[in-house]
Amino acid sequence: MNEESLFASGHTACAGCGATIALRLLLAAAGKNTIVCQVTGCMEVVSTGYPNTAWKVPYIHVAFENAAAVASGVDAALKAKGEREGKNIIALGGDGGTYDIGLQALSGMLERGHDVLYVCYDNEAYMNTGIQRSSATPYGASTTTSPPGKFSIGEDTPKKPLAEIVAAHRPSYVATASVGYYQDFQTKVKKALSKKGPSFILVYTPCPTGWRTPSEKTMEIAKLAVDTGYLILWEMENGDRNTLKVTKMPPKPRKPVEEYLKIQGRFRHLMNKPEELKKIQELVDAECKRYGIE
Amino acid sequence: MKITIGATVTEAGSSVRNKTGGWRNMRPVTDLAKCKRCGICIIVCPDAVISMKTREEGPKTDYDYCKGCGICANECPFKAIEMQQEER
Ligand code: SF4
Ligand code: SF4
Repeated sequence: MNEESLFASGHTACAGCGATIALRLLLAAAGKNTIVCQVTGCMEVVSTGYPNTAWKVPYIHVAFENAAAVASGVDAALKAKGEREGKNIIALGGDGGTYDIGLQALSGMLERGHDVLYVCYDNEAYMNTGIQRSSATPYGASTTTSPPGKFSIGEDTPKKPLAEIVAAHRPSYVATASVGYYQDFQTKVKKALSKKGPSFILVYTPCPTGWRTPSEKTMEIAKLAVDTGYLILWEMENGDRNTLKVTKMPPKPRKPVEEYLKIQGRFRHLMNKPEELKKIQELVDAECKRYGIE
Repeated sequence: MKITIGATVTEAGSSVRNKTGGWRNMRPVTDLAKCKRCGICIIVCPDAVISMKTREEGPKTDYDYCKGCGICANECPFKAIEMQQEER
């Protein structure tokens, strides 16, 4: 096994799990002087089956909603003890624990200005509990609580723009990333940690089980999301919207979004519905336009 | 089993006790003649099972833990890794 990895082998994530790749990349970029506060979610369940742990850094598992609150407490406690220097504090949650359940705690952490990096790994549904939709589930996706059928096309609302909601708090750093473009992600982690004050990174992590995709395609799909403009990679620094920039431009011309959708079982029911495919392409085009992408 | 106070775990990375290699249906086999030692497979493996001590040795896959997902083979730019049916 790879002894250098700060996230050890023997964790019980599904074969081909994108989120575990994100954790490995995150820890490699942050280094070992890092404290992780993580909410309940896939990555907690697979990494901390008592009495074992996959983590090689100080780690605390907290309830579903409060990684940001606990990380704030760690920040305040270390400051009070005069021991804050030289340590990274990372709060970690999935989309369920961040978009939905932990949003209030996250907002509080940002508003109070804690020196914490919050990382949300986004696999677009509650996966380990059985693939229920979250507010990160995209339009048209099939989940167990948004099943397609005669009167349903699957999830019928678009994804909540969480990173933009975070940006409205004017944090020291906010960015979106994809596990597929891992250098971009790791650069963003280092940048976020180099800044004082709150920072946030949303990292897109395909889930072979929930998305019904072949396990070997995880990185390919994560890249395709960016190359089709479905996922826009951007960053904003120092709470200043003038610094907002797209960090990874899709190729010109952009790949059609159908290329991204058709390899995923969760969108299979849309393949014989050209009007829905057109609608999703238009949603993507409109988002790209907002970010100055052709 | 004696439960520790606060269910704390004091041994870092002790998940290595779980030998997840038994999950595997397909086995990644690396052709070291084709491999250019770029290290991409080491970065992308979700299970941290590939390591490279020296360039001569090249990347080494630990089959005690490899789940056979096939990401390494899919991402290798030089098509040096082949997924073969596992035999037990
Ligand atoms: S990705 Fe391919 S070429 Fe690169 S080190 Fe691994 S096997 Fe060798
Ligand atoms: S098949 Fe998957 S788990 Fe096995 S070495 Fe390749 S990337 Fe790692």
